[in-house]
Amino acid sequence: MKKAKILFAKNLHLVTIIAFLVLLALPFVVKSNYILRMMTLCMLYVMMALSINLLTGYLGVMTIGHIAFMGIGAYATAILVKNFHWQTLPCYLAAILLTGVFGLLLALAASKLQGYYMTILTLGFCEIVRLVEINWVDLTRGALGISGISSPVFFGMKLGSRRSIYFLMLVLLILTIFLIYSLINSRIGNAVIAIREDELAARAMGINVFKYKVIVFVLSAMIMGLAGAFYAQYMSYIDPAVFTVSASLNVLIMTIFGGLGNILGTIIGASVLTVLPELIRFLAEYRNLIYGILVIVLMLVKPDGLLGKTNFKYIRQQASVKQESEGQ
Amino acid sequence: MFLQQLINGLALGSIYALIAIGYSLVFGVLKLVNFANGSIYMLGGFLSLVLFNKFQSSFLLCFALALIINGLVGFCLDFFALRRLRKTNATRLVGLITTMGFGTVIDNFVMLFFSNATVPYPNIINFGSFRIGNAIISSTQIIIFLSVVLILLLMSFLVYGTKIGKAMRATSQNADAARLMGVNVNGVISMTFILSAILAGVSGTLVGMYYQMIDFTSGFSIGMKTMAAAVLGGVGSLPGAVAGGLIIGIVESLGAAYISSAYRNAFAFIVLIIVVLFLPNGLFGKEKISKV
Repeated sequence: MKKAKILFAKNLHLVTIIAFLVLLALPFVVKSNYILRMMTLCMLYVMMALSINLLTGYLGVMTIGHIAFMGIGAYATAILVKNFHWQTLPCYLAAILLTGVFGLLLALAASKLQGYYMTILTLGFCEIVRLVEINWVDLTRGALGISGISSPVFFGMKLGSRRSIYFLMLVLLILTIFLIYSLINSRIGNAVIAIREDELAARAMGINVFKYKVIVFVLSAMIMGLAGAFYAQYMSYIDPAVFTVSASLNVLIMTIFGGLGNILGTIIGASVLTVLPELIRFLAEYRNLIYGILVIVLMLVKPDGLLGKTNFKYIRQQASVKQESEGQ
Repeated sequence: MFLQQLINGLALGSIYALIAIGYSLVFGVLKLVNFANGSIYMLGGFLSLVLFNKFQSSFLLCFALALIINGLVGFCLDFFALRRLRKTNATRLVGLITTMGFGTVIDNFVMLFFSNATVPYPNIINFGSFRIGNAIISSTQIIIFLSVVLILLLMSFLVYGTKIGKAMRATSQNADAARLMGVNVNGVISMTFILSAILAGVSGTLVGMYYQMIDFTSGFSIGMKTMAAAVLGGVGSLPGAVAGGLIIGIVESLGAAYISSAYRNAFAFIVLIIVVLFLPNGLFGKEKISKV
């Protein structure tokens, strides 16, 4: 296991490229619409989990209402497409902007709070947003939801087929991963992780805690909003019942299952927990019961998640140091 | 009208207070939010009903039996899952996810084996209603007030007047020091889980009788609201949990009556957000001194 990890850590770039090529070639090899749909859904959940991972894993703020941002993004897109016939790109920008503003507001409110108080704030935010979605009937059509949202259109080109939607999702996901990866491996990332480890010590070292908290909150909200904007056109139907606290908890479970503060872990965790319920679909109504039991067992067996304590950079450095000392 | 809404709010709020105490107890000893508490509340309501329908004997007997089973469920959550996690020094987040998983299991168990739809709940003890001015107090509301006051007295005696209460408070202040003084910390933690599950079971049954219906999804929203109540009062503080529960109950029924009933569930959270913004430690929470 350890050797496999070292081998993996050394060839991380190669693995990334191979994974990318496989994802690129997949729609041309696999003809089944079902599998393409599953893969798209998988990537969507990965994107959502990455957004939560940014906030919970790197900044250490546990959020149980993050899906509210997805709801805001989805409703913004749905309304702009249905009522104003906007193309997809401006819709995405509008969704990002709107969720960014809401993220900023939440960050300003949350900046004074600690630990569970912050978590409860996200819970309250999610419930309030959902109730507005249900009750602002003129705009959102209430509990009926908005149906018949047309497929994505870019520069007059309509992406109608399953395959093109798959590629759109892939592009969004890669953008997200690239953004989070470069953020975390920058000065900002170091500051954010320092805040997670010890806020007071970070402040004493001269880190502007408030600034970095706001940056992470807004970015994470924007990613969620973009995921929502995609979701609206992907499903072509949205209703408030999707954007509940329990749905948000499910994504949080994915993130923790994969391992907090680890991009690869999040990707694996979200993919496994999206596919798993599909695989045990034959259990019919016992499915959720089994899912709950599985979550408990997984937490007992692997409390840190799949890759929670694995730092590939560290493993790689260790391995190369060992190699050098052996070489001498 | 106002008096009537106030009475309704107090009835609702005192039930919320009972559940919120469960959150505060567990948070006190473990620094963990027990997400399964809402589901355990719903299970308690269902168990009383199912046992009563099955045996058709004295309701109080079935109620007592349901509370015992509920206590056992709370014990199992601690004994089979959380105790193992404590041994491995896992982070609190892991405990949290475990309680969420446990909640899912309970919800789905009830859905599969009891009922997957809304079930009517018999109002077993009914002795009419009373008028105060132009407000009406129903017998269920009186039962709720009486039992909640009784339970609160019992709880405060248990926590502040007995040895096990002292052990609980010691554990919540400093678990390691308590262990060194010979307190059976694991036993105390199990005890708090049993207590909070019993409190949740009592409230589940009372709410069932109050609304005269129950369904397997009802645990989640009440769980979230009472968690908000516990946080509003200041997590870990028992008087705070009671105050938070009452405030949320009253605000909810006044808000539903005077502002908009569609936003009924939002008022609790709006109050919570406003209070927490100005008092970051809740109403009764102690200011933490943070050190590097």
